[in-house]
Amino acid sequence: MAKKESTFTNMILTLFLVTLLSSATLGFVYELTREPIESALLYKTTMAFNIVLPEFDNKPLDEMYRVAYKKDTFNFYPAVKNNEIKGIAVETSSLGYGGEIRLIVGFLPDGTINEVAVLENKETAGLGDKILKSKSDWSVQFEGRNPKDFKLSVTKDGGDVDAITASTITSRAYCEALQKAYDALMKGGEK
Amino acid sequence: MNQLKNFTKGFIKENPVFVLFLGLCPTLGTTNSAINGIAMGLATTFVLVMSNFVVSLIAGLIPNKVRIPSYIVIIASFVTIVDLLMKAFLNTPGPHFEPSTYDQLGIFIPLIVVNCIVLGRAEAFASKNSVLTSLIDGLGIGLGFTFALLLLGSVREILGSGSIFNMKFIQGDGILLFVSPPGAFLALGFLIMLMNRLSKKIS
Repeated sequence: MAKKESTFTNMILTLFLVTLLSSATLGFVYELTREPIESALLYKTTMAFNIVLPEFDNKPLDEMYRVAYKKDTFNFYPAVKNNEIKGIAVETSSLGYGGEIRLIVGFLPDGTINEVAVLENKETAGLGDKILKSKSDWSVQFEGRNPKDFKLSVTKDGGDVDAITASTITSRAYCEALQKAYDALMKGGEK
Repeated sequence: MNQLKNFTKGFIKENPVFVLFLGLCPTLGTTNSAINGIAMGLATTFVLVMSNFVVSLIAGLIPNKVRIPSYIVIIASFVTIVDLLMKAFLNTPGPHFEPSTYDQLGIFIPLIVVNCIVLGRAEAFASKNSVLTSLIDGLGIGLGFTFALLLLGSVREILGSGSIFNMKFIQGDGILLFVSPPGAFLALGFLIMLMNRLSKKIS
């Protein structure tokens, strides 16, 4: 086929048709993937709850409430079973070595740490990313501890936490995030 | 053109990474593990095949002066399709809440739009060749790119984390340098040297 000449109408018509077809296709694919994307995101959040909270039969995501403590507000997700509070997941964050570290911490009603999951981190691969459970067992030392008698700071600063070798800043940030979440849980006011 | 040669040229002779030095940004950015390398490579392959196909199909209908914007719109649409599909189906975190493949590749998926390989093939090859030849070219170049990313990702994962495809074979850490960005440059440099040796020997 002969190449179309680059006249004004030809160019406008071509670009119009190309963009029209593209956007129609994209709209179609968007509709097709909308539900799977929603369920993937939902699965991600519920999976975090399943990891950090003890067994529950409610929907922590729908029962979220905010708690203010000092300058920050925290998202609280209660876990309820047989109308009894079994635990609370708290979303918290602090500034690590490579950027923000976002954690979700599952507390038992008395403030004992059940389990922690890392939602987001930009720590150095191989060093700071040992906060991830997939990379090392470092975060296990927090499980089943109550910050009341387990000082949440690294041993270098007089606390009870063994820092990750060569990643003191990351370890400090992790502890700080946990401490903030614990303080909000114990002393924070509902908002 | 011999179609078999057309397909295999992307692996050694015209490998986009080792020979043409195109698409180095995702090459360096996403290859900290073998699986990430493969995922990135296959996503790019999909976009390459589809854009080559569509461009070769409609190249005769597009006026010369607006061909680049038209190609970009076509490529960007396929990239968005890949992005949506991966967000829907490759977005499950691991058993210990490791980030999903989609989260790990992150910004590099939308950035396929500006990958020189894709526009380069559309402009230099697909717009001048038949539909079938362009399809095979896209597949060959794409898989050659995937091959390069897999190789680089494997080398970096073996040396840097002491594992391959997430299966650990040494205790503790590897040479951490290779997981970090400078290690990507180092590993790529040595791989290019080896590949040059290899292609010289073949020809």
